[in-house]
Amino acid sequence: MSDDIQVAKVFDLKGLACPMPVVKVSKGIKEVEVGEVIEAQTTDPGSLTDFPAWAKTSGNEIVKTEQEDKLITFYIKRLV
Amino acid sequence: MDMQNIENQIEGLKSRLDAIDKKTADNKLAMIVFSGDLDKALAAFIIATGAVAMGMDVVMFFTFWGTPVLRDAKKNVGGKDMMGKMFGSMLPKGTGAVKLSKMNMGGMGTAMMKSLMKKKNVASLEEMIALAEELGVKIYVCEMSMDLMGFKREEFIDYKDLGFAGVATFLQEAQNSKMQLFL
Repeated sequence: MSDDIQVAKVFDLKGLACPMPVVKVSKGIKEVEVGEVIEAQTTDPGSLTDFPAWAKTSGNEIVKTEQEDKLITFYIKRLV
Repeated sequence: MDMQNIENQIEGLKSRLDAIDKKTADNKLAMIVFSGDLDKALAAFIIATGAVAMGMDVVMFFTFWGTPVLRDAKKNVGGKDMMGKMFGSMLPKGTGAVKLSKMNMGGMGTAMMKSLMKKKNVASLEEMIALAEELGVKIYVCEMSMDLMGFKREEFIDYKDLGFAGVATFLQEAQNSKMQLFL
């Protein structure tokens, strides 16, 4: 977890393939309040481009992306 | 007099806005699934569920070779004529019998692809259909294809939002959708 971001909920999407990470994160973000941040962990390399595309279209904000070997962690702020 | 003039102009603008509103497409994806191949059916459901994740409404219209993909292997219906029986036995009965469009190799390729998908954690066609149902993807089955191939309504899968319709229904949906796809 990134130390400067307050995470409301963590979603473990490791091992899931397209379209599951985006489908799950679109459902998951609705489980927190507007303004709160969720953490989504994926191992799907496609999510590196998919998550920003999803965030832009859905009107949410990716505040931070971390990459460590195959693990990609997104911090996404619910805006809508 | 001036006031009256302005009011008239506002009224005119309002009705024009209403007309424009009616013409603006919804944030919706209308898709035709013509193909009965495993790979294309999978792609169709991946796009459909992905579109819901992107905030769109989705309607899928299954026609021709796409129709038998939605048959339920567990359901048996009687009372078919000879042609209906022939089509019924020759066309795939549901997702389990659907083959790859390429590299099927007498079923070996499809079996290999399925085991590879499992290994790589890619959702199966059955799982994708269940997910689409959960996400509220609407499915129409083409009545004309069913009639041609002798399929009956009772032999289709249990799916919450499944309807039977013709080309006008699809076109109406497509006209109101900002995205249309043919697979």
